[in-house]
Amino acid sequence: MIGKGALLAPYLPIVTIAERLRLAVPRDRPVAQMRSAAQRVWKTHAFRLAALYFAVFVLSVLGVLFFVYWTSADFVERQTEATLDAEINGLAEQYAQGGLSALIQIVAARSQGNPGDSMIYLVTTQDGRPLAGNLTNWPAGAAVTPGPLSFTIQTQAKGQAATHPARGMLIVIPDGYRLLVGRDISDAARFRDRVKMALIWSGLLALVAGLAGGALMSRNMLRRVEQVNRTAERVVAGNLSDRVPLRGTGDEFDQLAGNLNGMLDQIERLMTGMREVTDNVAHDLKTPLARLRARLELALLGGADPAAQNAAIRAAIDEADRMLATFNALLSIAEVEAGAGRERAEPLALDEIVRNAAELYEPLAEERGFALHFDSEARVMIRGDRNLLSQAVANLIDNALKYGDGRAGRRGDIRLSVHDGRGRAVLEVADHGPGIPESERETVFNRFARLEPSRSTPGNGLGLSLVRAVARLHGGAVELLDNDPGLKVRLEFPIAVGAT
Amino acid sequence: MKLLVVEDDRETAAYLAKGLGESGYAVDQASDGREGLFLATGGGYDAIILDRMLPGIDGLSLLGALRAADIRTPALILSALGSVDDRVKGLRAGGDDYLVKPFAFSELLARIEALLRRGQTPTATTRLHVSDLEMDLLTRSVKRGGRSIELLPREFQLLECLMRNAGHVVTRTMLLETVWDYHFDPQTNVIDVHVSRLRQKIDKGFDRPLLHTVRGAGYSLRAPDSVLLQPE
Repeated sequence: MIGKGALLAPYLPIVTIAERLRLAVPRDRPVAQMRSAAQRVWKTHAFRLAALYFAVFVLSVLGVLFFVYWTSADFVERQTEATLDAEINGLAEQYAQGGLSALIQIVAARSQGNPGDSMIYLVTTQDGRPLAGNLTNWPAGAAVTPGPLSFTIQTQAKGQAATHPARGMLIVIPDGYRLLVGRDISDAARFRDRVKMALIWSGLLALVAGLAGGALMSRNMLRRVEQVNRTAERVVAGNLSDRVPLRGTGDEFDQLAGNLNGMLDQIERLMTGMREVTDNVAHDLKTPLARLRARLELALLGGADPAAQNAAIRAAIDEADRMLATFNALLSIAEVEAGAGRERAEPLALDEIVRNAAELYEPLAEERGFALHFDSEARVMIRGDRNLLSQAVANLIDNALKYGDGRAGRRGDIRLSVHDGRGRAVLEVADHGPGIPESERETVFNRFARLEPSRSTPGNGLGLSLVRAVARLHGGAVELLDNDPGLKVRLEFPIAVGAT
Repeated sequence: MKLLVVEDDRETAAYLAKGLGESGYAVDQASDGREGLFLATGGGYDAIILDRMLPGIDGLSLLGALRAADIRTPALILSALGSVDDRVKGLRAGGDDYLVKPFAFSELLARIEALLRRGQTPTATTRLHVSDLEMDLLTRSVKRGGRSIELLPREFQLLECLMRNAGHVVTRTMLLETVWDYHFDPQTNVIDVHVSRLRQKIDKGFDRPLLHTVRGAGYSLRAPDSVLLQPE
């Protein structure tokens, strides 16, 4: 009666998780698959993120370097122009005061000066014959129109001839004399080249560092995703106890791993429970099935005696009925656990439900020598399903009758009570039977759990499972306590607010 | 009495037809919803036994269509779906009773008989009689042979249910549903003790018992000398 779908349902989440996580799982790495491997790497979020960051990084580094280069080159150029302007102003003053001869004199004097300051002076006649200055002739290729000009000069330093770039200004003095003031800019050019080289190298360094960092970052991220994937694959492959390793850093990956592990814990718990149930179902149904078969066989052998045959068939039907009852109980537990009945919740008087159940069981209890007491101080309202709650209470009374000892005086007392315990509706069923040892108090809620291994007491071992399922459905809890001696089952529910 | 069985599972249908036939009913069968609706609309049935999950038109829709057409033939829904929700849905759709598969045949039979009688006994009646046992529903008193019998409220309800179905089998499940409104099977048979207490009160001191246990089925309250009624 338990559908295959119902049994398989808990597997579904694992499969879907695995399907989702499989996105980036590298499954096959042969060389032939390199292209698809590259595509897959490109597909990974980590890689794309790293690539994007790298591109932004490169662009900003290039921007910074270009800015540095441009400002320093500009600065050097301005400096040259300012120097030239100052010289020309000075010479113009001399010329204004002393005429051509004074100009020649000062140019000659300055030309003798500090060779390190790289200034160039030249005064020539109209046709270019030098009169004074530190150039022997008009520089080749230099224009003879007034204004700024660029040219080259030949120098002789340490016995080596060299061509240096220079910038200058040509001024034509009245009478056609020409004055050239310039500056050797090879130092500036060298400085600019140095800056350029430094920038190129630091740019390259930044690129390499960025690439390495990006690769490292994406690899690190990928590795952690891989860990999750590999764990998921192993879980899908059947190793349910595998978990994603945690780093203890508490970062997003740790949180993700923690959540996945929590999910796996839950799945494992469910699966273990399911396996136990299946094992127990198999065990608990095999015995009655074997009995059923034996009875039917006997009926067949009985042959001639119709009375014996009838009895055997009746016994077989009873056996089948008991098995059906077990199946029905299993199904209702499953339904309650799945939340059936939640939408039917209505305000109910818990004391009334217990009173009715007690009244139903009272004659039976009396017949078996028990005294069933019900104490209720007042109306206690909860929200819930009458039928399920009645069934839970009936199961508890049933258990008390089954395990208690009715013929033993005070031990035959079964006490039911309902009261409002600090805002919670409390329902207690207490007997003076053998009780349940503390170590067993959790396991008795499992399906088919019965204390004595022989399972000789009638009953299917599903009663308390249903009680707990019903309690949980109603947002409540069930607790087993010592009744000293005996067992006290305590159920707590939220009290219905505003219900009267 | 003519019954219509709408059931797609051939084995169940054959089992029902055989059992009901042997119990004295004339049985027609339909194996899908459409055929069932066709036959049921044709009328002439005293009750319909209806499976919920059917090919063609499902049981609840079939019932809805019948009730919409103002056909009030009593219907018992048979279903593997046994939760209270399912039961409520079935009864809302127009079912008169709901029996969860698998079921004992005696249970089905008792319920069908109760359904068939439901139309006959006027509910407005204030007095019930079985032989020398009398029940007054207004004063809520019970007498046998002129002697007054004190009953607890539940015992009164129990006896009322048995008296309304006098001469027929009432199963333990029917009693649990009618008297206690419990739609589940308690693990232990609690009903028997209630019935034996009731029996103490109504039969003790009288030569001929009225309340009988029907083995493997339930109980029956009937006049001495009478036999368990079977459908004609």
